[in-house]
Amino acid sequence: MDITELTVHELKEKLDNKEITYAEVTKAYVNRINEKEKDIEAFVTNLGEEAIQKSIEIQERLKNGENLGEYAGIPIGLKDNMCTKGIKTTCSSKMLENFISPYDGTVVNKVINEENMINLGKLNMDEFAMGSSTENSAFKKTKNPWDLSKVPGGSSGGSAAAVAADMVPWALGSDTGGSIRQPASLCGVVGLKPTYGLVSRYGLVAFASSLDQIGPITKDVKDAAILLSLIAGHDEKDSTSMDMPKKDYTKALKNNVKGLKIGVPKEFFGEGIDKEVKEALNKAIDKYKELGAIVEETSLNVAEYSLATYYIIACAEASSNLGRFDGIRYGYRTKNFTNLKEIYNNSRSEGFGAEVKRRIILGTYVLSSGYYDAYYKKAQQVRTLVKNEFERNFEKYDVILTPTSPITAFKIGEKSENPLEMYLSDICTVSVNIAGLPGLSIPCGVDSRGLPIGMQLIGKAFDEETILNAGYTYEQATNFRENYKPTFKKGGNS
Amino acid sequence: MKVERQELLHIAKLANLTIKEEEIENYLVNLQDILNYANIVNKADVDGLKETIAANENYNVFRKDEIVKFEDTESLLQNAPDAELHMFKIPKVL
Repeated sequence: MDITELTVHELKEKLDNKEITYAEVTKAYVNRINEKEKDIEAFVTNLGEEAIQKSIEIQERLKNGENLGEYAGIPIGLKDNMCTKGIKTTCSSKMLENFISPYDGTVVNKVINEENMINLGKLNMDEFAMGSSTENSAFKKTKNPWDLSKVPGGSSGGSAAAVAADMVPWALGSDTGGSIRQPASLCGVVGLKPTYGLVSRYGLVAFASSLDQIGPITKDVKDAAILLSLIAGHDEKDSTSMDMPKKDYTKALKNNVKGLKIGVPKEFFGEGIDKEVKEALNKAIDKYKELGAIVEETSLNVAEYSLATYYIIACAEASSNLGRFDGIRYGYRTKNFTNLKEIYNNSRSEGFGAEVKRRIILGTYVLSSGYYDAYYKKAQQVRTLVKNEFERNFEKYDVILTPTSPITAFKIGEKSENPLEMYLSDICTVSVNIAGLPGLSIPCGVDSRGLPIGMQLIGKAFDEETILNAGYTYEQATNFRENYKPTFKKGGNS
Repeated sequence: MKVERQELLHIAKLANLTIKEEEIENYLVNLQDILNYANIVNKADVDGLKETIAANENYNVFRKDEIVKFEDTESLLQNAPDAELHMFKIPKVL
């Protein structure tokens, strides 16, 4: 048995039965990281030895009967936009290359300080979470474990690739327009974007505050349910987090979808969606029917509107959020200045990468006088339209089923010169953020080149249970993980 | 709407960014492409629809305005590009 191939709930069972020790678990992951990192390049900060020391310490404390968290001693990887006290938080940007947060974000505090999980390190991402391929990282290009010549998706590409490559048992990502689900889809793992307001954003470096959510990237749906249960909950430091009773989401996993009403919006299966993706999704739909779900075609004419709306709203919010990087209190400061204005201008111009600057400029443009009504205000109205369209569908259906990504993993460099083409990668996922709903991506097959295909299950607000159960039931019936594994192949011409 | 060079430079100035001469053309093309796409929102039938400013209806959340002192100023200042006497240092402004 290889420890790193196990899911967290499998690991936990073996730990509880004393078949393996906590120190062995972390050591196995650190060894795996040392073996695979040169190929995958998933980590910005690799905590290696420090993690092993911590696991030995946790093991001692558990042996002494200390009451630590249920998942104490389980390793985890964190996307590098979550503030970790004493450990660099770079957002994969030159701007924050040496930034060490003076505090832990709420979710980090929950998993590391309260639950006592072992932090294996900080994972690569598109700079400030802006991108769909992790190529916008200022430090390294993460590779897709299924084909090293392909991107892992993004922006949480380091998190998804690390989970797929068994370098971490699970990870946290963040999702503003698909940044958990799309890389999960491209890397053949499970990714969940929770309902907006379910998980605190305190200590998550802000990209677009009305869209950002932290969520799990895991090997299977049960692990996603476990990790969600640990990170969800109200936080007075994030006034948009909802005050709701705590839930154990694993209780929702019934392995039964009889009578579940699933709507399949025809607009998500049209032009631009790869033929093999469609075929895999159609097979998944047949499987749901076979399992007793009621599947119907529906109309949800929001995909294109959502993408346009998304890039207006997200960039507008980003232009404001990233205004704080001024080279004064923290972050990169230019060497080239004679006055304060030049510190601001040159620090920002040298510290931010091309895509970040592009989005700040776009955001500033749509908020500037003369264009506010035509773009920003209109986008906010379209946002209402998108919410209404979903609400109309959820009167009839429990779950909306779509592809997660229109295509499977693409070649490194293929889209990096064309921003608009890169943005189209998010066409199936952004509407979920626009409407603030939960979305789960689970693998549902591979294409003819052996690259994973993902299925997205969208639920009603705060009804993560239904999509988790729907995903779990499908997963139990199809066993993707047993049938397909990443090959780490160097990549061909396809 | 066509984005002019002067307009781009004005926007960049508002955003405290400097665009190098050799980058201007590329920014113009990209921005134009994206705005052309973003114009889709103007085709949507939104007559009479209110603007949604947030994903949930969590409007006006009140709490007591209590001061919580953050003691660890060392860890704040260690991130400063330049500091002196426990203060952030900037060039002369007057």
